[in-house]
Amino acid sequence: MSIGAPLAHDSALMQLAGSARYTDDIPLPAGTLHLAFGLSSCAHGTITAMDLSAVRASAGVVQVLSYLDWPASLPAEMPDCSPSAHDEPLLSTGRVHYIGQPLFLVIATSHHLARRAAAKASVTYAELPALLTIDEALAANSRFEQGPIIWAKGDASAAIAAAPHVVEGTFNVGGQEHFYLEGQVAAALPLEGGDLHIYSSTQHPSEIQHKVAHAFHLPMSAVRVEVRRMGGGFGGKESQGNALAIACAIAARLTGRPCKMRYDRDDDMMITGKRHDCRIAYRAGHDAQGRLLGLEFTHYFRCGWAQDLSLPVADRAMLHSDNCYHIPNIAITSHRLKTNTQSATAFRGFGGPQGMIGMERVMDHIAFAVGRDPLAVRRANFYREMATADASGGDIYTKVKEVQTTPFHMPVEDFIGGDLVARLEETSGYAARRAEIATWNAASPILKRGIALTPVKFGISFTLTWLNQAGALVHVYQDGSVQLNHGGTEMGQGLNQKVAQVAAGVFGLDTGAVKITATDTAKVPNTSATAASSGSDLNGMAARNAAETIRARMAAFIAGKMGVAGDSVRFEGGQVRAGGEVFGFAQVAAWAYQARVSLSSTGYYATPKITWDRVKGRGRPFLYFAYGAAVTEVVIDTLTGENRILRADLLHDTGSPLNPALDIGQIEGAYVQGAGWLTMEELIWDAKGALKTHAPSTYKIPACADRPAVFNVDLWNRPNREDTIGRSKAVGEPPFMLGISAFFALRDAVAACGDGARYPAMDAPATPERILAAVQEQRHV
Amino acid sequence: MTEVAFLLNGTQVVLKGVSPTRTLLEYLREDIALCGTKEGCNEGDCGACTVIVTDGAGAKALNACILFLPQIHGKAIRTVEGISAPDGTAHPVQREMHRHHGSQCGFCTPGFIASMAAAHLNGDRDHDTTLAGNLCRCTGYAPIVRAARAAESAPVPAHLKTDAAFTLAQISSGGERGTREGADSRPQSMDELAAWYAAHPDATLIGGATDVGLWVNKQHRDLPKIAFLNGVSDMAQITDLGARLHIGAGVTIEALRLAMAAHHPSFAELLRRYASTQIRNAATIGGNIANGSPIGDGPPALIALGAVLHLRQGDATRDLPLEDFFLDYRKQDRRLGEFVTGVTLPKSAPHFRAYKISKRFDQDISAVCGCFNIEIAAGKITSARVAFGGMAGIPKRAAAVEAALIGQALNPQTAAEIAPLMSRDFSPLSDMRASKEYRLSIAQNLLIRYAHDLAGAPTSVMEVRV
Repeated sequence: MSIGAPLAHDSALMQLAGSARYTDDIPLPAGTLHLAFGLSSCAHGTITAMDLSAVRASAGVVQVLSYLDWPASLPAEMPDCSPSAHDEPLLSTGRVHYIGQPLFLVIATSHHLARRAAAKASVTYAELPALLTIDEALAANSRFEQGPIIWAKGDASAAIAAAPHVVEGTFNVGGQEHFYLEGQVAAALPLEGGDLHIYSSTQHPSEIQHKVAHAFHLPMSAVRVEVRRMGGGFGGKESQGNALAIACAIAARLTGRPCKMRYDRDDDMMITGKRHDCRIAYRAGHDAQGRLLGLEFTHYFRCGWAQDLSLPVADRAMLHSDNCYHIPNIAITSHRLKTNTQSATAFRGFGGPQGMIGMERVMDHIAFAVGRDPLAVRRANFYREMATADASGGDIYTKVKEVQTTPFHMPVEDFIGGDLVARLEETSGYAARRAEIATWNAASPILKRGIALTPVKFGISFTLTWLNQAGALVHVYQDGSVQLNHGGTEMGQGLNQKVAQVAAGVFGLDTGAVKITATDTAKVPNTSATAASSGSDLNGMAARNAAETIRARMAAFIAGKMGVAGDSVRFEGGQVRAGGEVFGFAQVAAWAYQARVSLSSTGYYATPKITWDRVKGRGRPFLYFAYGAAVTEVVIDTLTGENRILRADLLHDTGSPLNPALDIGQIEGAYVQGAGWLTMEELIWDAKGALKTHAPSTYKIPACADRPAVFNVDLWNRPNREDTIGRSKAVGEPPFMLGISAFFALRDAVAACGDGARYPAMDAPATPERILAAVQEQRHV
Repeated sequence: MTEVAFLLNGTQVVLKGVSPTRTLLEYLREDIALCGTKEGCNEGDCGACTVIVTDGAGAKALNACILFLPQIHGKAIRTVEGISAPDGTAHPVQREMHRHHGSQCGFCTPGFIASMAAAHLNGDRDHDTTLAGNLCRCTGYAPIVRAARAAESAPVPAHLKTDAAFTLAQISSGGERGTREGADSRPQSMDELAAWYAAHPDATLIGGATDVGLWVNKQHRDLPKIAFLNGVSDMAQITDLGARLHIGAGVTIEALRLAMAAHHPSFAELLRRYASTQIRNAATIGGNIANGSPIGDGPPALIALGAVLHLRQGDATRDLPLEDFFLDYRKQDRRLGEFVTGVTLPKSAPHFRAYKISKRFDQDISAVCGCFNIEIAAGKITSARVAFGGMAGIPKRAAAVEAALIGQALNPQTAAEIAPLMSRDFSPLSDMRASKEYRLSIAQNLLIRYAHDLAGAPTSVMEVRV
């Protein structure tokens, strides 16, 4: 059986040999031109003069476009790059909204010459007041949507008023740069009749197709978008590639030559959006044991200059502000603030991490207030356990209990957090280690260790319900070879491998017998972004559907030939068994072809059960939840704030994994990325609104030695109660939030410097500087 | 026109008329479509462009994005495509990376393979150090390190051993060594450099190009005249002078690190955290000093050690205490046509300690680099040299703190009493790496750490294991 096998992903050998081809590696015809944007150096204002004569005179420059010099052969209005609100002109049309906004487009004979020319512009602005911070945006009532979104269940205000104890606070959480190793890149080939063929490093080929078509008032059928693989995406290539593809399409149509654009790393970081930073204010009523009675959250999301995906991101933060905890009375208010900074965008977790860490902060704060182990307080607030952990493989859903609901009134039918956390607590030795750390700390004046266990519950499905669909296209050729295509994109997560394992399983073939092909809007139309962790859930099902259609035709054909019932035909081990005879798969394919049986099929899947009213905040936005938990142990230096992760133990719910090796890779990588978000990754803007951390020299993602010195990862390998592909669960985003445990372990170490009187209300990321400040506060320095 | 000649994946290449600031990465990807080697950041910070460069000094991992073609003249290059055997057999690190699921998106992978194969070739098993200059955003590094460990004992493939036998003598290049007639130079000796630079004092001297590479790649600067110093072999020596060591300006940071391990282990550990293996293999101590950066990690340590700087202009030479070289932000006491030839430092300084504070341990630039060196007689401090990077516009000594230390017994109490004097010595700035308050705070605390450290108390999070 190929499903569930721990196979290496299909591209691994080519990647290791250097032959795996990325968008910038594709050989393009001679005469290809290269593009670069000239960028705004003003955070908010109007352009009063833009002198591009030096740009035009620069070596290798073919043409320069701006709103002041827009060729008549193009549609008159500036193309829009926005995935949502039609508020992102490709090039400024006179108003500038952030430092880094593209103002003009250089078309030149090389990448280097285009960039070099773009740096030579002389632009002057009439500056307007720039809104850079949450406070400035709030004061100016600068926001998306009319006012804050508010969802509630019960009466939070009354419950807090009646509660014996209340904690409250404010928590600032930093953003995060994606730092995909492959920067944004696209290329366009002009085709006959004005059609276009686009290569794009994108998670969302259909959106690229749609936006490019829209720019020229072309039907979508005139634009073909192809992506074989990305060098990392993490959400940063869901909408941020639109500008490059549109720019290439415009330049290709203007010049009649192939055009390619890739951002230099600094440009990439200056232009594109990042994870939303936010502020979370909370007020929680609780009892002496730390049980939540009522809770109010206010989320302030800094969305940047354009709407992009900020509304669903902020929604998802609200949808995860319960995490694993049942809250009888809750009100969540969410402000989506418009600022003169990069337009914050999708990033692994899509708001979920911000919502979840807000809740974990509340748990941590309450535990500190009541003087209990934070794990005990977390456990006291867990949703009711719904499934028993039956290792025998029997029916694990026998414990029917009254189902509790989320703040958005969705029944939590599959809660397994209690059992999962219990197992992790045992395997990690949490209790004994906590005691040992306390002893060690008492004898260590300078270095202090800390430990924390935090759980994860993450909802799986797009909250925009119509996106929960996928298509696939499978061909069986007359020699028995199989070609697979589906709407998902490969960014390293191993989606193509997983889907190939599904298709191979249907045909009873080795996975290697299934040819994986580039995602291509000409093969599968109307695809959703490969996002929301949904790639294998959606596309795996669609591919299975397509493969089963073909298999059924082959089975009917061979059954007829053999005079047996169609459902008695078996496809396994590369062979087809029918009526006591055994044939090679290729033999049956050849016969079926000669008998004029169609060996090609599309497949389709739409996620069942989901309904969602985002205005009311009610419904079932998710088909199911994925769970996990992590224990992290850290050490800090109380003289400098330097810190290390000493050990991490992760236990993550993958359902019955489609490929456990790839899933472990997702979990390990997500943890390190999540811990990076909350520790060393810090975005700094100056007082003018310029991002100062726009290269890896200043923005530090975790390096090799930053991974936990001891790193234990295990899968909670039990079938999904929902009928997903192979009963697996989505794994792309949920383990990112296991990194939250690192933050609270640091908080625990900081508290070891104090007398328990004052909660160490540390903001994120916990840089050495923040940790030292928190230590000094504990020590009243 | 003149030539650049090298061996590329076992095949000799001779290029004529190359632009002296064309990078190896541009050549590989744009000129010959050898696209396995990737561009991730174009500034030497991500390692996606790592290649193996072999010359008489051995095989080294280097970043191709900031390696100008004239720098590889006479050397052998291995890109990811040439690390597999000519018959396609995978290298042990490729095989183990596959077995351990070490690639996900795969974009960083060719650079990792180059770094891992270089370390494998050199028998270097300190993977956290050899891989510090390769960023991966997908895997969390764990499977990559597992793969590196699994490949340790596999034999080096035969085809990779042949590069070491390659020398410049075997290639046809000769005659003029500049790339643009008269404008550029690739001197082979200090005398040759001194004569050429005296005649072209407006030229840019390039040691390892780890900073100049960014001038070209990021700032689009024109460099009308260039001397590449990597051929100046008599400036790349470490000489034992008895009680002191002379370090030639062309000594790479990596060579210096290895040399310091025996004499000044704390300096060697500071240098282990100086950028990355790839950068240390290119960057020179002369470049680090002459560049005059206030946040370079070499000068504070060397100043604390009492290093003397050696300069040369034509045939004239002069020496000065290193701290006197740094006059003001990016302004040094270097005369027109004068260049750094080396530094001398004492071999022994048992109380020397260097501390680097940054957001990330490896391959980060210091927020503060604090270096301490005292001498003690009869329990009292008789001499103190305390120097900091990141605290002023130049690498600078803490004069008030040094004065206060003299005559004291160093212990955490006296350190805490003296530490506030740091605010008399320094008025640091706030930037994206740290606020001025944090900088001042840790400068003070590093003196306290120093006292604990000399007393043998655990002070480093790096040393805690569970």
